Order: sequence, then structure tokens, then C-alpha cells
Amino acid sequence: MATVTTEGTVGLGLRRVSASKSPDQNIKKSDQLAILVDISSCIGCKGCEAACSQWHDLKPPLFAEEKVFTGYQSGPGLAPSLFMFMRFQEAETEKGLTWFITKYQCMHCSDPGCLKACPSPGAVIQYSNGIVDFDHSKCIGCKFCLSGCPFDVPRYDANNKPWKCNFCVDRVSAGLEPMCVKTCPTNALHFGTKEEMLIRANQLLQGLKKRGFDKAVIYDPPGVGGTGYIYLLPHGDKPEMYGLPKEASISPLISLWKGPVKLIGSVVLWGTLLGAFLQLILFGPIKVGKKHKKEE
Amino acid sequence: MELTRRSFLKVSGASIGTVLTGGLGFDLKPAMARVQDLKISNAKAVKSICPYCSVSCGVVIYSLTDGAMNVKPRVIHVEGNPDDPVNRGTLCPKGATLKDFINAPNRLKKPLYRPAGSKEWKEISWEEALDRIARLIKDTRDRTLIEKDEQGRIVNRMESMVWVEGSTIANEEGYLWVKMGVALGTVLRETQARI
Repeated sequence: MATVTTEGTVGLGLRRVSASKSPDQNIKKSDQLAILVDISSCIGCKGCEAACSQWHDLKPPLFAEEKVFTGYQSGPGLAPSLFMFMRFQEAETEKGLTWFITKYQCMHCSDPGCLKACPSPGAVIQYSNGIVDFDHSKCIGCKFCLSGCPFDVPRYDANNKPWKCNFCVDRVSAGLEPMCVKTCPTNALHFGTKEEMLIRANQLLQGLKKRGFDKAVIYDPPGVGGTGYIYLLPHGDKPEMYGLPKEASISPLISLWKGPVKLIGSVVLWGTLLGAFLQLILFGPIKVGKKHKKEE
Repeated sequence: MELTRRSFLKVSGASIGTVLTGGLGFDLKPAMARVQDLKISNAKAVKSICPYCSVSCGVVIYSLTDGAMNVKPRVIHVEGNPDDPVNRGTLCPKGATLKDFINAPNRLKKPLYRPAGSKEWKEISWEEALDRIARLIKDTRDRTLIEKDEQGRIVNRMESMVWVEGSTIANEEGYLWVKMGVALGTVLRETQARI
């Protein structure tokens, strides 16, 4: 199932396409969408996980007995048939034993590492509303998107095609909210434009600080240009306990590989071909026989 | 100008190189993306109530087919009913997976009856089951109805039976259920849908 196709003329505008120039030069401007995950309101019921699997018609792998026990989690982590999962960890903080709960899935970065790393034109696309999606009809299965991802999100099926959260782009473009947001019973998930979500996150942050969570932060890492999933972390000094990197950034190898190395590579490739061609038309083919005669 | 073999090769090589490096300035890639169709856009939406707990969340069940005689509708999605004041569109993980509950292969679709002393469950029809339930209710009532209390006042109460209503029973059905219980004379009336 390819979730999107870049063929056709109707639909969402594109902001970025992998291995291509900016497709529509950003003529169509849409609001950047975001989901705010208020960890302090989350009770860890995993309703979002269940609803996500239902909407996307997924049958996630069942917990296998011989695998490492993962506690309250549904499994050890993301899987090709599990686009999002709830992550649970326990640790001692100044507030006593604390349960760190995170909703974990693709973060929909504004500056996506997967899109930067992808060598296949059109396999990773970013819509004008900021949603990052994969087009399996264009994917070549090279797994570069995982190496570009700062959050370790894409998972590959037997055909090496990547799977991840697509922000329910089919629902969102039809005017509905993403499935996880709709189902959340404790109002821990909020959906709207990024601007609105940041305002709401700041209000909730003030409330959290009044309740004694001095180290609460809004997790919106600038290393990837901000994310489509904003988190309100009550224990903001320990984002790694939530399974989130402290400073998310795209591996410098990706920009090196896609920038200077690619340029040098193409110069060398085309230079060699051009040199061979010039050699042929200026001096003619090298005659091997003459050399042999000389040696005799 | 005379076109020699050498100059022809030079010109064609240069043109191929220009085209290959994209020098003409055309980009043949499409500028827009077409998003996958909404899978419930052609589905029939039916409002219902989640059967699991006493919260009784409202759900919308989406099924495919246009309802023609020769096809059986197929449930493809269940999600919360945003118009329901109880849950306003939200669902817990059990309610969110109602689609699998509806389509489960071992879901009970017919009443099962196990006679006293038997080890086997056997399938019976709804008519048979309802007749038997009605018969037993009537027999129990006839046997145990207390018409008068110790002081001789008419009470018409049946203490031998508990009258319990399920969580999926809505307001109007609940009213009828209570009326029925009162008519039978039950004293212990209860509903699972209490909050």
C-alpha cells in the first residue's frame, strides 16, 4: 500500500521532496500542523496506540515470550506494523519514583533528516502543512532514511520499504483530526496549527510550574527545525528518560554525503567520461598492438 | 558549412551532456501530491454504544457496501462519536479496538445452552432462548411472589430475582426496563450503566 503518490494534480502542496528541488517553490502556503503531547495529563492507557493500529489496519506483532521483557510496553519498540507505541520507564527523581511515559512515533521534523538522506527523488515528501510521508512506489529500499533520522523511527518490512506514522494525512486532508488525538480520553493530545499548539503548551507549562514541576520544558528541538509533535515534559531535565534525544540533530555525515562528497563524486564521474570521450575524438583509440611490437 | 564526422560527434556529445546535467531547466517532476483517499469516505456510519464498561461511550461504526440484498456489510472502522456527551469522540484502548471485537472469529453470535448436568454447550435459536427465559421468569415469579407482608398489606414483591440492565441500554430502553421490573415485582433493580 503506497500511502501517497506524487502523480496527479489534486491534493496537498508539497514543501520538500527528497533528492529534488523545492517542488512548487512554496507558492501555496498552508499552516504548519502540530500535535501537542501533554505528558503530565497522560495516564498511559495506550488508547492512541490501539486507535492508530485500527485506523491503519495494522496487526502489530504480539509480545513474544522469549524476547526481553519490556514491562508495561506493548513490545520492545516500533515495528513495521506498529507506527506508534507508548514507552514506559521508571526512575528516581526528586519527586520520588517517577513513571516516564512517552508517546513515541515519527516526530515530523520541519527539517527532516530522512528526506535529506533519501537518494530517490520523491520517495520522501513533506507536504505544505509540514507532514512528512513516504511514497513506497518511489522507494528503492536503501534504508538511508533510518541513518538520517535523529529519532530512530523508520522500520523496514521484508521488502526493505520503510513504515512510520504519517500523521493520518488522509484524515487531516479530509478535515478530520489524527486518530490518536481523537481517541485520547484524558485530553493529553491536542491538535491544531503549530502556533496554537505552542501557545497552549506555554499555558500548560505555566500550570505545571505552579504545581511544582520547576524543570518542565516544551520539547521542540531546534536541531531539526522544530517538530510536528511537541511534547510537554514535566521532568524536562531528563528528556532521555522519555526516550527523546537531548539535542536532536541530523548526523553531519548526511550533509557531508549529500553535499561535498556528492559534488566531488559527480565531477569525478562526468570528468572521467568526458576525458575518455575527448581522448577518443582528439587522439583516437589507443592501439594496444603497437606497444606489444615495441616490447618485442 | 560542411558537417564532418568529427564535428557531428562533438556537437551531439555536447548536447547529450547538456541534457543529462539538466541544463535545459525543465523539471518533469509533479508539483503536487495526491493523498490516499479517506477509507471511510464511502462507508455507512451507524451510531452505537460501546458494550464494555459502565461508561457507555458512544461510537460510530463504519461499514462498507451499499446495503444490497446479496452482500453482507463489512465493518471497517469504529471510532468515538463526537456528538455523544459521555465521551465526545474519545475512546479507551478497549473501545478503540471494537472493530476486532466485531470481526472476531470466536465471537458469540447465537445463544448457547448448557442443560443442568451436561458438559456440552449447544447452539439454540433466539426464539428458543427467549421462550425459555420467559418461562423461567414466570415460573420463578409464580413460585416466590410475596403478595402480602406479615401485617397483611399487599406488597406483590419478588425477592428471588435480581433485575440488571446492561450498559448498552440507553435512556428510553432503560425506562421500559425499569417499568418491566416494577411490573414483575422485583425489588433488587440495578444497572451497570451507573456512574
